[in-house]
Amino acid sequence: MATIHVDGRAYEVDGADNLLQACLSLGLDVPYFCWHPAMGSVGACRQCAVKQYKDADDTQGKLVMSCMTPASDDSWIAIEDEEAREFRASVVEWLMVNHPHDCPVCEEGGHCHLQDMTVMTGHDRRRYRFRKRTHRNQYLGPFVAHEMNRCITCYRCVRFYNDYAGGEDLGAFGANDNVYFGRHQDGVLESEFSGNLTEVCPTGVFTDQTHSDRYTRKWDLQFAPSICHQCAVGCNTSPGERYGDIRRIENRYHGEVNRHFLCDRGRFGHGYVNRDDRPRCPEWRSQASDESMTLEIDAALDRGADVLRSARRVIGIGSPRASLESNHQLRELVGAANFSTGIVAREQACLERMARLSRESGLPTPTLRDVEEHDAILVLGEDLIQSAARLGLSVRQAVLGRREELAEARGIPAWNAEAVKTLGQDNYHPLFVAYPTATGLDGIAEASWALAPDDIARLGFAIAHVIDAAAPAVADLDEATRLEAERIASALLAARRPLVISGGSLGSEAVIEAAGNIARALSRRARDGGLILVRNEANSTGLELLGGQPLEWALDELNTQMADAVVILENDLYHRLPRERVDSALDLAEVVVVLDHQRTATWNRAHLGLPAASFAEGDGTLVSLEGRAQRFFQVFDPRYIRPESRIHESWRWLHAVRAGMLREDVSDITLDAVTLDCARRTPALAGIVEAAPGSDYRVEGLKLAREPHRYSGRTAMRSHLNVDEPRTPQDPDTPFTFSMEGYNGFERPRKDVAFAWAPGWNSPQAWNKFTDEVGGHLRAGDPGVRLLHPLPGGYDYVREIPSSFARRDGQWQVVVLPRLFGGEETSSRSAPISERAAPAALILSADDAQRLDVVDGATLVLETDTGRVALPLRLDAALPAGIVGVPAGLDAAFSSGDWGSLFIGPEAGLDAMGPETGAHSKGPETGPLANDDSGRDERADGGEERP
Amino acid sequence: MNDTVRAQVHSAIASDGDGFTLHADDLHAIEHERDHYEQPQAACIEALKIVQRRHGWVPDGAIPAIANVLGIGAASVEGVATFYSLIFRQPVGRHVILVCDSSSCFLTDYEQLRDALTEHLGIGFGETTPDGRFTLLPVCCLGACDRGPAMMIGDDTYGPVMIDDVASLLEGYP
Repeated sequence: MATIHVDGRAYEVDGADNLLQACLSLGLDVPYFCWHPAMGSVGACRQCAVKQYKDADDTQGKLVMSCMTPASDDSWIAIEDEEAREFRASVVEWLMVNHPHDCPVCEEGGHCHLQDMTVMTGHDRRRYRFRKRTHRNQYLGPFVAHEMNRCITCYRCVRFYNDYAGGEDLGAFGANDNVYFGRHQDGVLESEFSGNLTEVCPTGVFTDQTHSDRYTRKWDLQFAPSICHQCAVGCNTSPGERYGDIRRIENRYHGEVNRHFLCDRGRFGHGYVNRDDRPRCPEWRSQASDESMTLEIDAALDRGADVLRSARRVIGIGSPRASLESNHQLRELVGAANFSTGIVAREQACLERMARLSRESGLPTPTLRDVEEHDAILVLGEDLIQSAARLGLSVRQAVLGRREELAEARGIPAWNAEAVKTLGQDNYHPLFVAYPTATGLDGIAEASWALAPDDIARLGFAIAHVIDAAAPAVADLDEATRLEAERIASALLAARRPLVISGGSLGSEAVIEAAGNIARALSRRARDGGLILVRNEANSTGLELLGGQPLEWALDELNTQMADAVVILENDLYHRLPRERVDSALDLAEVVVVLDHQRTATWNRAHLGLPAASFAEGDGTLVSLEGRAQRFFQVFDPRYIRPESRIHESWRWLHAVRAGMLREDVSDITLDAVTLDCARRTPALAGIVEAAPGSDYRVEGLKLAREPHRYSGRTAMRSHLNVDEPRTPQDPDTPFTFSMEGYNGFERPRKDVAFAWAPGWNSPQAWNKFTDEVGGHLRAGDPGVRLLHPLPGGYDYVREIPSSFARRDGQWQVVVLPRLFGGEETSSRSAPISERAAPAALILSADDAQRLDVVDGATLVLETDTGRVALPLRLDAALPAGIVGVPAGLDAAFSSGDWGSLFIGPEAGLDAMGPETGAHSKGPETGPLANDDSGRDERADGGEERP
Repeated sequence: MNDTVRAQVHSAIASDGDGFTLHADDLHAIEHERDHYEQPQAACIEALKIVQRRHGWVPDGAIPAIANVLGIGAASVEGVATFYSLIFRQPVGRHVILVCDSSSCFLTDYEQLRDALTEHLGIGFGETTPDGRFTLLPVCCLGACDRGPAMMIGDDTYGPVMIDDVASLLEGYP
């Protein structure tokens, strides 16, 4: 700790900070541009100048840049000094010489750091009367818009994009007063984190392109604290709504999870909420072939209760993309014995192993913030940038942590970003990655291996054996792998805090258990390590804790006519299992009830469809991959702008259907009641009540406002429907109001912040007002509650080790490769995400392609026992021979571990398939291909389709 | 991508999609420079100079080609190329005239030299004569402060330059 004197007052601060950090953490306002809490200081913009004095008696003082000056003990500074004020005013005037002053048409306006700083410094008269330099803007893809004239040359964009996130295609061009930030040529920004430029840029150079089509100022948006539903990381978000549509998603600061940054899937993947084809009313069709008719709520509930009451046995199929509350309510409706998680068996087996390892590996699961504190990392079987992108970004920071360590050893503070970077150069903490192909983190990895899943597992088991001889040895291990295992093991053992990362992406239990053995070995060697296991979907972890049968079981119950009715919750079964398999089960079901917010292939099979709330229209709880239960809150009432809409949370629908089945009156149900009930009925979920405050929570006697106090047009926004303004929607479920009335300040600490705003701070930098120190934790504590903790006790090693991957003649092993864009069901229904998704392809090693005599781009047909698909071939330099890669999200007929044969297909383009159509090829034009010179496949049975 | 794969991919394509290909000698020279440094990006300036020596300027296609050889992003190469005023990213004349406009030369009638050159050539700073012979550029110092006003034509430095000699000096550069 250090004592600093600011404008004559003494404060206790962290002496390791710089003066700017220290002042901002104290809540004092110092203007700045180039400094950022996650990226440190470079002293480029000169905006944060303050007067520093030698001691209490010094009256002269000198101007210093507060971001580049340590907050050393007994510092004497003045922010309000006249010379410092004049200096700061002149700096902002220079920075704005070429700025177009186009705030009225600029999409940054209203949440613009440059506006805030200009007001703060008092620069309100323009004196520059000359010609401004102008730039040509670039096309940067579907996510980010570019307007270079607004640039003030703070360099934050390239520092984030290149240094922090590892991008290579954004640069700073030119020199002195003619600097340009953009790509070398027009083109899509390649980084998976490009959306953060919209928040990192202090002005309107980089803005949200997806928001641009239907733009609304921040102060006219309605927000709620939400949780990203697009993967299992559980990033906190602030979706903003206007006129019944989600207009944009902003980062919501969480000190342990996402902090300042989101991935592009999470930020730009919300378009499915706004789709015109969403079901908004209950729909009924007596037979699958009939046209559906819409029903009123009461009629739909009566119909639902009737058909389910008359059924012999009702199966409930839950969903890992729905809330715990909705899944719980479904289980209550059908009974625990009839409840399926809606997850396929292979994935569920992986989830169960992961949940057990989270408790019984001896190593704790670190938060994302804590991941960045580890100094040796092994990733087994995950391409984190594709499967859990935000986690991948944290791993990158951990690896870069080596630079800070080197700097610290030389007395350079970690915040001195340019010095740390120059000193560190390419010195990284060791990162090892084993995956079937190249991954997004290979560039900073000490070593990476492209291996078949079984070989990844064997490498892992071998590492565990080196760390602890009590761990089982791998039989028939080749010398090269043994040496690699020793190399990795010694790096993990040498580390202060080793971290093991694995997950279910490859659907391989062996890979997960291999990671588990390493964790146990490290824990037995008493290492302060961590184990983090990647789950697939937003609530996969939660569904595993809730428990239930796998999806195949549910379909079998229908197929064998052990049950004649099924209720499917927010789950497109066609996305999980082969079409024929789902069809045959649903064909046999007398009654199919589907609740969803998307018109999926499964919805189209429903006799009764009930329109469910998406994350934007409902409340609920998700459990993230670190085992953190987090509540997301309804952003807007869908009936306010669309009175014809009958959208409700699935848990509300299911409660009402159950009451109807039991011939009870439909009593009112609230979020608090269903959350409490869920917690009581499932011991593993007992903690979820504490994930967020209940609906009776008040700050200074007030509910919390969803809308900024400047929210405009409330009386007019429905006037095209009716000039009478209805009562503001009421929210019985949460402490939030659908209104600007309510508490929205920062002085009273609270965990659940709909939007960050403080007087003078309209930009995302306002979060500094809500944290205990800049870049720290929310003052009220970070939201959510951890449900998975390591249990004390000794744990046994797993001893089943797969044998080494062996190629088969004329057969290829399928590996489904997760992908950030296009690999996830709901976000793929958003236009910008599908535009960004790489074209569908079958991926083959160059070796195999050469042997088969096929070239890049040629059409190949993959046929397995469960499906067949024709796609262009994409050569992969890293993939091992004998493996065919299939991008995730293309066709549920294929899952990792299947074996299939390849054919040269019809002309490219004839059989192009989209992610939803699942088009199948007509049949091969030639016989199956052999992957060696001698073998012809015995299964050369051509176009036979199996059920 | 691991290092081996990266290296393979890069050496396979020392060209970009626009059809620009590094001259074999230049590719060799750049690889030679690259191997002198711990970090390949340190050879970026040399690589740009090698290309400029052959073409007189750095054509657009050379940027990704150099990036591939060095294993860095095209944006980094373009950043370096546009930062230095003597790396030309537009075609220049056969001879580049650099006229010093810093303080010593300013005191020794740089302005008259500038006017004589623009009048004689019919072009201003940053322009090239229509016959592609000369490009005229200002430069901040040539290290010839004792001989102001100074200028360079190609690789030759002149100073003090008498206004009357300008025409005959330029005659030496066909």
